Amino acid sequence: MRLLQGNEACAEGALYAGCRFFAGYPITPSSEIAEHLARRMPQVGGTFVQMEDEIASLAACIGASLTGVKAMTATSGPGFSLKQEHIGFAAMAEVPCVVVDAQRAGPSTGMPTSPAQGDVQQARWGTHGDHPVVVYSPWSVQETFELTVRAFNVAETLRVPVILLLDEVVAHMREGVELPAPGRMPVLERSRPTGDPAAYRSYACAPGEDVPPMADFGAGFRMAVTGLTHDESGFPSGRPAVADALVRRLAGKVERRVGELAAVDGRYLEDAQIVLISFGCTARAGLRAVRLARERGLPVGLLRLIGLWPFPDRAVAELAGRVRGMLVAEMNLGQVRREVERAARGACPVAGHHRVDGELMNPEELLAALEVLA
Amino acid sequence: MSRREVRLAGTGGQGLILAGLILAEAALSEGHHTVQTQAYGPQSRGGASKAEVIIDLQEIDYPHVAHPGVVLAMSQEACDLYHGDLDPAGVLVADTTFVHRLPEVPQRLVAEPITRRVLQEVGRAIVANISALGLVVALTGVVSRESLTRAVRERAPHGTVELNLAALKLGFRLAEGKEPVAWS
Repeated sequence: MRLLQGNEACAEGALYAGCRFFAGYPITPSSEIAEHLARRMPQVGGTFVQMEDEIASLAACIGASLTGVKAMTATSGPGFSLKQEHIGFAAMAEVPCVVVDAQRAGPSTGMPTSPAQGDVQQARWGTHGDHPVVVYSPWSVQETFELTVRAFNVAETLRVPVILLLDEVVAHMREGVELPAPGRMPVLERSRPTGDPAAYRSYACAPGEDVPPMADFGAGFRMAVTGLTHDESGFPSGRPAVADALVRRLAGKVERRVGELAAVDGRYLEDAQIVLISFGCTARAGLRAVRLARERGLPVGLLRLIGLWPFPDRAVAELAGRVRGMLVAEMNLGQVRREVERAARGACPVAGHHRVDGELMNPEELLAALEVLA
Repeated sequence: MSRREVRLAGTGGQGLILAGLILAEAALSEGHHTVQTQAYGPQSRGGASKAEVIIDLQEIDYPHVAHPGVVLAMSQEACDLYHGDLDPAGVLVADTTFVHRLPEVPQRLVAEPITRRVLQEVGRAIVANISALGLVVALTGVVSRESLTRAVRERAPHGTVELNLAALKLGFRLAEGKEPVAWS
């Protein structure tokens, strides 16, 4: 058991997952990820680069990933805005990468050392066009380690950018962490082509598959990579049928796997009549509030969203069908509440408790909000 | 043991976040659950800063301190800002080297010129954080003196172990003759 900061656990999780390239530009509250990896990468034969800005940081990660190296960058809200362009490129060109956003109070430069959860929709829709993205949001230091490993596994096997949404509280707090021995957690690799390099087509999938094998740039396979709409050869195409098939395949990679990608944690749900829905640091206050409510005899439970995108529609819909009401607690003005409303389809009332003042919610205010619903 | 909340507050640069980290490591070494958090302004030196440590036998849900059983104040600003939510049965420990206006609180108040004593007896004010932590631990028993000593030894920068241990002993000494805190 080691005392680690959330950011340090993220960095260690990346190394455990086989990440050997980090490029970033420091910004509170994510800087310790870069600091930690600046020290650790040389020890494991990896590369750390401090870039000139956030845009270049993700560009460097994409370049590294194309050569076959697992890559990550880390930032906070203002830098996350800058990374959107390349998140779109990574989604379109199917370049595995992990982007960490330790959320702080916004908009704009906001309050650098104060927590927020205001980047939920930006993580999903910050870059233009219909694109696949997977987003996880841990609530503890231990889970930060584990979800960082999982983020790499998803990024590599689906060839998608995966976003790890931390918040200032989880990023900066220290807790005891059990670092698993090598081999204890699965570490997955991207699928690489095995056939004749001359016959390789960058974006051709095997029959029945929707993720094309990815050659390492420089390994002898002819690779064409572009952000333009492209056919299976990787070269640009303006044909409507090609565009349609490509965009649907990209989105479908994630949509078809929502069952394995979406992750939730339920507490006290068996007999719950009121469900508190939350994620990240806010769910820590939420669990305390639920326990306080239970002590008062209120039938309250907690649904914690571990994965935010693809949104766990099914878990929400199932609960909505059997409870009296839902309360969504989040440090933004309703970014997850509206998704819950959509998924609940009117089966039960959905209320929201929202804070945007840079202060972590306290259990008492959530308890009061739950008592109103109960 | 139920949930114990500790707040170490002062000015950025006094080493209170490091003190919180050492306390959390000591708690972890005793097999407890612990969460250490910190709050600070944009400046790394000069502004009010605080480190908070929660120690519990159970899984810790809410990670922030709500009603600390002990607040250490090593600056006037931190004392004014951070003692308001002190537990009714808690104790406010003020370093009177910096805290000149002691607040009128119904709780117990321990006033000691910690940093001045460190300067006189250990010679370097930079380890006042360790003396203050020693005083807090000796008063509250949130961790044992032995595990705190081990944690200080492991965290002290190379070449400063003896200096830090001397500061820690002074902190323990400052608690002599003072009633220990009875946790609710």
